[in-house]
Amino acid sequence: MILSEPGILALVGSFGAAAVRISSPLLIAAIGETVVERSGVINLGLEGAMLAGALAGAIGGSLEGPWFGLLLSIGAGMALMALFAAVTIWLRADQIIAGTAMTLGAVGLTGGLYRLIYGAGGVGLSLPTFQAATIPLLSSAPVLGPMLQQPAPVYLGFLSVPVVWFLLFRSRFGLALRAVGESPDGARAAGISVRWYRTWAILFGGAMGGMAGATLVLAQVGTFAERMTAGRGFVAIAIVVLGRWHPFGVFAAALLFGLLSALQFLFQASGIAIPYQWFLMLPYVLTLLALAVVRRRVAAPAALAKS
Amino acid sequence: MPILLGTRRGIGDWIASIGAILAGLAILGFGLSLAGYDAGAALVAMWHGAFGSWYALTSATLVRAIPLITIGLGIALAFRAGVFNIGAEGQFYAGAILATWTGLHLQGWPRFPAVVLVLLAGVIGGGLWSLVPAWLKRRYGVLEVISTLMLNFVAEALTSLMVQGPLQEARGAYPQSDLIVAGARLPLIGGTRVHWGFVLVLFLAALLWFLFHRTLWGFQLRATGASPRAAEVTGRINVGAVGAAALIGSGMLAGLAGSMEVSGVSYALFQSLSPGYGFTAIAVALLARLDPRAIVVTGILFAALETGGAGMQRDAGVPAVVVYVVEAVIILVVLVADAALRRPAAPVPEGAAV
Repeated sequence: MILSEPGILALVGSFGAAAVRISSPLLIAAIGETVVERSGVINLGLEGAMLAGALAGAIGGSLEGPWFGLLLSIGAGMALMALFAAVTIWLRADQIIAGTAMTLGAVGLTGGLYRLIYGAGGVGLSLPTFQAATIPLLSSAPVLGPMLQQPAPVYLGFLSVPVVWFLLFRSRFGLALRAVGESPDGARAAGISVRWYRTWAILFGGAMGGMAGATLVLAQVGTFAERMTAGRGFVAIAIVVLGRWHPFGVFAAALLFGLLSALQFLFQASGIAIPYQWFLMLPYVLTLLALAVVRRRVAAPAALAKS
Repeated sequence: MPILLGTRRGIGDWIASIGAILAGLAILGFGLSLAGYDAGAALVAMWHGAFGSWYALTSATLVRAIPLITIGLGIALAFRAGVFNIGAEGQFYAGAILATWTGLHLQGWPRFPAVVLVLLAGVIGGGLWSLVPAWLKRRYGVLEVISTLMLNFVAEALTSLMVQGPLQEARGAYPQSDLIVAGARLPLIGGTRVHWGFVLVLFLAALLWFLFHRTLWGFQLRATGASPRAAEVTGRINVGAVGAAALIGSGMLAGLAGSMEVSGVSYALFQSLSPGYGFTAIAVALLARLDPRAIVVTGILFAALETGGAGMQRDAGVPAVVVYVVEAVIILVVLVADAALRRPAAPVPEGAAV
């Protein structure tokens, strides 16, 4: 099959659009988790926060439209992570296991609530979704254009990258937060409340996790299904490590993961017969390889997961 | 802070464990009545589904307990060494894949060696799957929490690939494998649907307890988990090697669970072979405070919870998935109680142990 030049451009454009689509919920969740990990906490409940956000987004979206859904998802993510903060920071339970439990509980809670509200049959729920918003001039450009015709939450995700960078590296709050993650004892000696900084960070991570789940529902799929996040919260945690705990690095890592995942669409379009499961594995395998390479150069926040 | 060392089991631990179960069920009942269900009827349906009849007990609960106990023992092995194996689900599938492949190729073999080979294949599959994160940690310092999690997704995709590709049934109709040869199936215990893997699991629990408490290696393992720094400075414990061995052993047990599920229950490989055993087993191991003997009890308990959940859905219309909320509450209560019980006696400044 020989493609004409416009054909190739269209293919590359739709490939890029798929990459951005796959990476945006991951990016939003990972930016939140970056702040959490910078404070010295690893939150394996992120997957649960995303799931709660997805259901809250679906409920809110069906009631009052997508923006209300987004708002509700932020609340749901924060509520769930408030429990995580209470248990790990204030009652000093182990972070890794408590996080796993939060995710387990969220699977049960969202599954039960979904069936209670929408019935056991699981009939296809159809929700009002965010429409693609275009950027004047840029959105009509070849190749880049299709990537920049995205629903509003995707742009919010992009925007969060410089905002969180500023917050972490150019503000007093960020300085204190990073001190808490690197040397809790030192921070405490300087009069910084380790517990409160970590609590705020976890709540922010919950808000972003919830929003990531709502993005999945209200900007992409248009419906809710049980366990629909399918491990994206865990992938986001790996992306934070891959992005070296830096917002710009995380942005690049999320986009890389999206590109690798979108490869399967490119191959489907090219007609080469490779079982699709290889493409499902590829991003995880390459993420592991990349982690092995990256880990040697930049260290994690020194107090990470040492509660 | 190292978790749940299980070195001394005081009365407080027992109270906490029982309290955790009661708290989980109470929150479930409360939530169900808030949602408009008849909570009493739901809990009764749950009891009937799990223990209500000889059939329910042997054919549902005990069958389901076998993988939970096996994987739970593996989780205990890893956690005792301070290694967080969150990838038992993937190791289970790796074991199941290799066991299925072996079980399909043992035509004409006598039963005993055939079954042993199939189970060994599972152990090898799970061991190889956990070898990767063990190596990544030793060589490159990649956190095992992340690598074991990532490998779950790879194993799921690999299973999907297998049942739609090399291992798909000859008819090619469904994404599942053919049945393994009759000679490679674990025999059932007289008239029930419980296979002899149950006895093997009891033996493994005893063996692991002996390993933890009566061998030098077990001591090194517990020392590593309790305080890696202290273990390292003794100069006699290679903390990295102990952790890697614990992780690989943990994967072997999860792989064994996968092969027993194929050889004793399903006789075939398919995509949803595990309804999340790898994660439930974490709760199983924690509630047992990582004590192999207690894991046998908590494994049966959680199996009862899940088969009871199915009964609840059947008889009271409550979605079975809500039992995960009970499991989550149990884990959280045990963790919090553990942190409280092991808190230093003297008053500490805010977050001193953080």
